[in-house]
Amino acid sequence: MSWLIALITAAVVTGAPLLFGTVGEILSEKSGNLNLGVEGMMFMGGAVGLGAAFYYEKAVGAAASGPLAVLLAILAAFVAGALGALIYAFLTITLRANQNVTGLALAIFGTGVGQYIGELMRVKEGGFVAVSNELKTYFQNSPFPKALQDIPVVGGLVFSYNVFVYLGIIVAVLMGLYLNRTRSGLYLRAVGESPATADAAGINVGRYKYLSTIIGGGISAVGGMVYIMTTAGCVWNHEGLSGEGWLAVALVIFCLWSPYRALWGSVLFGGLMILYLRLVLPFFPTQLYKILPYVVTVIVLILTSMRNNREKQPPASLGLAYFREER
Amino acid sequence: MSGLEQVSAIRLQGITKRFGPVVANDGINLEVERGQILSLLGENGSGKTTLMNMISGIYFPDDGEIFVGGRKVTIRSPKDAFDLGIGMIHQHFKLVDVFTAAENIVLGLDGKGKFDKKAVAAKVREISERYGFDIDPDKKIYDMSVSEKQTVEIVKVLYRGADILILDEPTAVLTPQETDKLFAVLRNMKADGKAIVIITHKLHEVMAISDKVAVLRKGKYIGTVNTAETNPQALTEMMVGRAVSLNIDRPEAKYRDLRLEVKGLTCRSLEGVKTLDDVGFQAFGGEILGIAGIAGSGQKELLEAIAGLQKAETGSVLYYPPHPNSEIAGYHVPVDRNGEELLGKTPSQIQKIGVNLSFVPEDRLGMGLVGSMGMVDNMMLKTYKEHKGPMVDRKPPKALAQRLIQELEIVTPGVSTPVRRLSGGNVQKVLVGREIDSNPTVLMTAYPVRGLDINSSYTIYRLLNEQKMKGVAVVLVGEDLDVLLELCDRILVLCGGKVSGIVDGRTATKEEVGLYMTRVGGGKEEA
Repeated sequence: MSWLIALITAAVVTGAPLLFGTVGEILSEKSGNLNLGVEGMMFMGGAVGLGAAFYYEKAVGAAASGPLAVLLAILAAFVAGALGALIYAFLTITLRANQNVTGLALAIFGTGVGQYIGELMRVKEGGFVAVSNELKTYFQNSPFPKALQDIPVVGGLVFSYNVFVYLGIIVAVLMGLYLNRTRSGLYLRAVGESPATADAAGINVGRYKYLSTIIGGGISAVGGMVYIMTTAGCVWNHEGLSGEGWLAVALVIFCLWSPYRALWGSVLFGGLMILYLRLVLPFFPTQLYKILPYVVTVIVLILTSMRNNREKQPPASLGLAYFREER
Repeated sequence: MSGLEQVSAIRLQGITKRFGPVVANDGINLEVERGQILSLLGENGSGKTTLMNMISGIYFPDDGEIFVGGRKVTIRSPKDAFDLGIGMIHQHFKLVDVFTAAENIVLGLDGKGKFDKKAVAAKVREISERYGFDIDPDKKIYDMSVSEKQTVEIVKVLYRGADILILDEPTAVLTPQETDKLFAVLRNMKADGKAIVIITHKLHEVMAISDKVAVLRKGKYIGTVNTAETNPQALTEMMVGRAVSLNIDRPEAKYRDLRLEVKGLTCRSLEGVKTLDDVGFQAFGGEILGIAGIAGSGQKELLEAIAGLQKAETGSVLYYPPHPNSEIAGYHVPVDRNGEELLGKTPSQIQKIGVNLSFVPEDRLGMGLVGSMGMVDNMMLKTYKEHKGPMVDRKPPKALAQRLIQELEIVTPGVSTPVRRLSGGNVQKVLVGREIDSNPTVLMTAYPVRGLDINSSYTIYRLLNEQKMKGVAVVLVGEDLDVLLELCDRILVLCGGKVSGIVDGRTATKEEVGLYMTRVGGGKEEA
């Protein structure tokens, strides 16, 4: 039992970066923009987010405020991701470049930029970029009082996580409400399903596509920062983020473009990612554990396409550029 | 009302639009008043849709002026058009499939925050009652029939308070009954003081519904006439630019021999519903066999089962070779004179045993042609296997493409222009031309003139008759009973997947076929 609780809590923490990456990508894909550059945006967010917290602490020294550092890291990561997504949006929406190619380019470009910034900071700061232990607690420890965390079972399962887990849940729920309950969300989905219809109905297709791609990119990038500041231990590690963005893209498909499903989907993926540490089977290589999330995604894809449920399909115009006068 | 009629609802003056070197609209003038229905008539590619797209803000005119209610306006986007009270119902519905009717209807309307389903549904019901629609606001679009989708489109426009409605070929996909219903709604709207522009090819509809007719020809404005003062013949001449006979020939072929014999054919859909139920009939060479029926009565499944595209549960389809003296004999590998079973074979197996079936499907750009490829490549799809070696030889298909352009008067910028850019009639000519060129012995075609103008339709009828005279067995699934009765030698009527009757095209009446379509009067005794 305690083994299971330990696995679940660890899975939630490991899944939090994925949750941000996925929810951001869902927003982008709901507008019809298949941004494969999540990996790149998460790298940028990771490096820049860490940098923001690090240089803020360096500038003010011991007087550094923990909450402010967290906020700065979030903002910096968001802006970095949004800038990456802006490049993508300009190329695919305004210039109508191929989305797959542009997304892959952004993945490579963003990874490079993130690595460059991270390594540059590391070399300049003498081989090691990390925030102080004091500040770390604000990123990694639970914001709830000790009494709540000490409640047996519930304390561990509900109150023990870092602040980003709760923030991620709030973002995902708000995203779900926005997409399903508001007019603006309805219009956004219309843009992703059939831009020609949305356009003929007087919706500004370009604006919706730009905004959702940029905001979605920002949210995804926050996921990169969350990974660096929690799982990776607030230290720049040039390989740490590898694969997170691709997992997020897979998770979008796994949860069938629903932010609500992303809530438990990210926990499941998080669990699968760390299973090799917790459930060691003899003769079962680690690499096989690591492909589990992708295997699960493939199975979900097969099942949903077999059931042929119209509600659970990707946005109909996902990956397609829109040009009003195209016939 | 008399005061309003002084000012036209919408007036166009010298509207010009170019697409690259092509002038789609050349100095068009048009005027519609409130409480009036104007038919916009013209052949495929004459610029009707382009013109209407400029009024609804999809395209922006290169030249000319638009007046709404006497005031000069600039329409830059669909939103501008809505604000001016202009609503367009597009030929290809602009609806989001996974949304409900109500969600589609409120799309793009101002109004912040939460989407109030109840208020929308109430207003939708109010509009429906006023004009006589029947619509469920909570039904998803993908669950709807074509005519229901069209209703949603119309309500969507009315919901926005449009006074000027543009309908682009609204009847092309409707059954005669649905068309009557639509026209009743349009008359209600007309009585309500709305200005309506309707684009259609069907002359009897023009005569039935409109007050005025404006005619375009090859992007040019020919003129506007009052419907009461004209007739189909005169309109056709305005449209085509020369006298055209509106009679369809029904020549007698030299040889009439059994070609296809279908017995006890039963098919099921993926959901297990019987789409064809014990269908049996014979098709003869030198004959056009019409297939009539309400949409979805099994027409598509029947043709696909014969062509080897669909699995049949039971039954047989026997093929007999053409008469040795007929024109089409000798081109093909000899086939067993006692009949060759086609069921259970794939299209390429059918071809291999020497049976040359041609199938012109309903969905031209889906099953018939590859939209993003040019004519040459599309021609090659049929013949690429004939050439040996790893490379393709583009010369014969190119020659064929050029010949078709000449013979069938296909309007295209060139043989390598993607066929999806061509207008509907031209796409159909490309497809039919390709199929006929392969010297078929059986030609099956579904709705070959759907969405085609008069001139193109008559070209297709002529081509079908030519094939019949050669001794080909032509199977024609059609929707216009008038045409079927004029063109076909025999008409098979399907009702719910069963043959409800087979009648002689020379003696049968429209009412008789109509009864079989709904199986009133029972078809068993005669079949």
